[in-house]
Amino acid sequence: MSEAAGTRPKKQDFENTLDMSDRTVAAFEGNEKNALDRLQHFLHGNPTMVPVIVLLVSVIAFGFVAGSNFFSAFNLSLIMQQVSIIGILAAAQSLVILTAGIDLSVGAIMVLMSVVTGNLAVSMGVPAPLAVGAGMAGGTLAGMMNGLLVTRFKLPPFIVTLGTWNIFFALTLWLSGAQSIRSQDIDATAPLLKFFGQSFRIGGAQFTYGSILMVLIFAVLWYMLNRTAWGRHVYAIGDDKEAAELSGIRTNRTLLSVYALAGLVCGIAAWASIGRVGSVSPQSFQEANLQSITAVVIGGISLFGGRGSIIGPLIGALIVGVFNSGLRLAGVDVLWQVFAIGWLTIIAVGIDQWIRKLSS
Amino acid sequence: MTTCFKTTVFGAAAAAMLALAAPASAQEVGACLITKTDINPFFVKMKEGATAKAAELGVNLSTYAGRVDGDHETQVQAIETCIASGAKGILITASDTKAIVPVVQQARDAGLLVIALDTPLEPIDAADATFATDNFKAGELIGQWAAATLGDEAANAKIALLDLTPSAPSVDVLRDQGFLKGFGVDIKDENRIGDEDDARIVGHDVTNGNEEGGRTAMENLLQKDPDINVVYTINEPAAAGAYETLRAFGKTDGVLIVSVDGGCPGVENVKEGIIGATSQQYPLLMAALGIEAIAKYAESGELPKPTEGLDFFDTGVTLITDMPVDGVESIDSAEGLEKCWG
Repeated sequence: MSEAAGTRPKKQDFENTLDMSDRTVAAFEGNEKNALDRLQHFLHGNPTMVPVIVLLVSVIAFGFVAGSNFFSAFNLSLIMQQVSIIGILAAAQSLVILTAGIDLSVGAIMVLMSVVTGNLAVSMGVPAPLAVGAGMAGGTLAGMMNGLLVTRFKLPPFIVTLGTWNIFFALTLWLSGAQSIRSQDIDATAPLLKFFGQSFRIGGAQFTYGSILMVLIFAVLWYMLNRTAWGRHVYAIGDDKEAAELSGIRTNRTLLSVYALAGLVCGIAAWASIGRVGSVSPQSFQEANLQSITAVVIGGISLFGGRGSIIGPLIGALIVGVFNSGLRLAGVDVLWQVFAIGWLTIIAVGIDQWIRKLSS
Repeated sequence: MTTCFKTTVFGAAAAAMLALAAPASAQEVGACLITKTDINPFFVKMKEGATAKAAELGVNLSTYAGRVDGDHETQVQAIETCIASGAKGILITASDTKAIVPVVQQARDAGLLVIALDTPLEPIDAADATFATDNFKAGELIGQWAAATLGDEAANAKIALLDLTPSAPSVDVLRDQGFLKGFGVDIKDENRIGDEDDARIVGHDVTNGNEEGGRTAMENLLQKDPDINVVYTINEPAAAGAYETLRAFGKTDGVLIVSVDGGCPGVENVKEGIIGATSQQYPLLMAALGIEAIAKYAESGELPKPTEGLDFFDTGVTLITDMPVDGVESIDSAEGLEKCWG
């Protein structure tokens, strides 16, 4: 309300109070009530910032607590190696969680496909590239099975993947006889299987091809989710499936492709896991499914779907790795590592809920 | 198409159920084998040993296993099923050695012979008998071997201990403490891992008894101290994982890895010099002796007796190494391969 300068010589009596009244233009409620509100808005716009801040703070904090052993380039690159497999699985898991689903079978698909690849290449003498290809194709098929059960038979993803987790686990036992394939036997017959275990050095840091693969997978998925129509559809389905359908997205087809792609990523993880572990081990990674969900949640992807950046779970996996490494080097008992990760998960979901209050 | 799919699934399920429900004949002696999981080759071999012996003696054997290690509930259900089926005896490797006791008592009250295999119940006399490896001795043997191999250098050793799980079940404690005692470390409370203050111990970490855990645990301990030269491992898969780390760090020379189990891949690794020595145990024998005991009990009511001086029947443990030392009895890997399981 601009002042009527000089046009009227004298104010009326009742106008005297005008000077004391609010002169701002009608507007939405201001954002800048206090620092906490500003933070909430900032995080709502940049959901990946929470895990990034946690990661930076924890790296610095453990640098003080656990000493120079922790802060060395070598140890930081080692953490990347240690989380590479769970990280790749978390990428697959994120795709499904973005559609408001969940995939309990990611770890089981990976272990099954590593056993398939190992059996073909080492025990049956199939050329290694074919065996690796079979593992990826098998992973894709396993993912499609999940996807078909979810889309065609309208079963809840939790139940479907709880079922297939058991099915793939049983098949793993059947194919492997619970027996590992030794590292030395792989070296002798099919060294390609351990490709992702090879490493190179930059200064003091040692990077395995597996850690690079993890970063590449996240980069490719980031591009697909943010720069393609398919990616926007995935977010739309996660946000509101019916609205997505009404706006012309073929939701079932997209969902099926999401599960199949998640399966393919698990198949790739299977190859990488042989390099990481050194042998084909049906007993390893029994908790990988839950660990991948932990990484996704700590990475700030909402379990309700449609919200969060695919880069988050990469950071989430690294946070778990940093905590484990830091606590161990500080000489803390293993059970307190488990304890810390538990709290981290709950706090991450708590922060997500707090940020979500803005949108509702 | 949907209907067709459903019919096929139900058809297959029905056929599977019929196959499972093969009725036991009234004359046959029934027995049950309940193991921790089907994913550990140790228990898979145990099942094979029991199945072979049961076929030989005409015992009708049913087998059960938990889904994962620590799956107590499934084992309780298995015992209840067993009692209901009229079996004469149960062989069990308990997941929860204390919690299983009341239901084991139910079985004994119903006239079944209950034998604990591999893992003693708590208290040990909650079962009629226990057939097991002396895990403390298994650890002691590899500890003595490592100390003797290092000779005077044992005084300056840097020891990494790769244990099983954070919950530290009895087998974990027995092997870990046995190893340290054999190596000449003051172990303080022998029921507790990690209360030692010997400066030679770099640290403990857990492996879940698999290759992935062994690799990660070894990486972590090497970050604590890169000069580790003695590595104790809870089992051979963990040892294989630890070796992968040493290889990646370029530290395979001059590091001794010792382990427990005696599975075939592990003994192969002894032969190739990856594992220095391993204590071999005999799951097939455990299970076979168990079946024999149940058959005998069904015939004459005779109870199995423990080994003299112990409160369980010791099924034996043998040190396998290709670098024998004075004062510790051992066999070489060639002989070990003949006796290995899995």
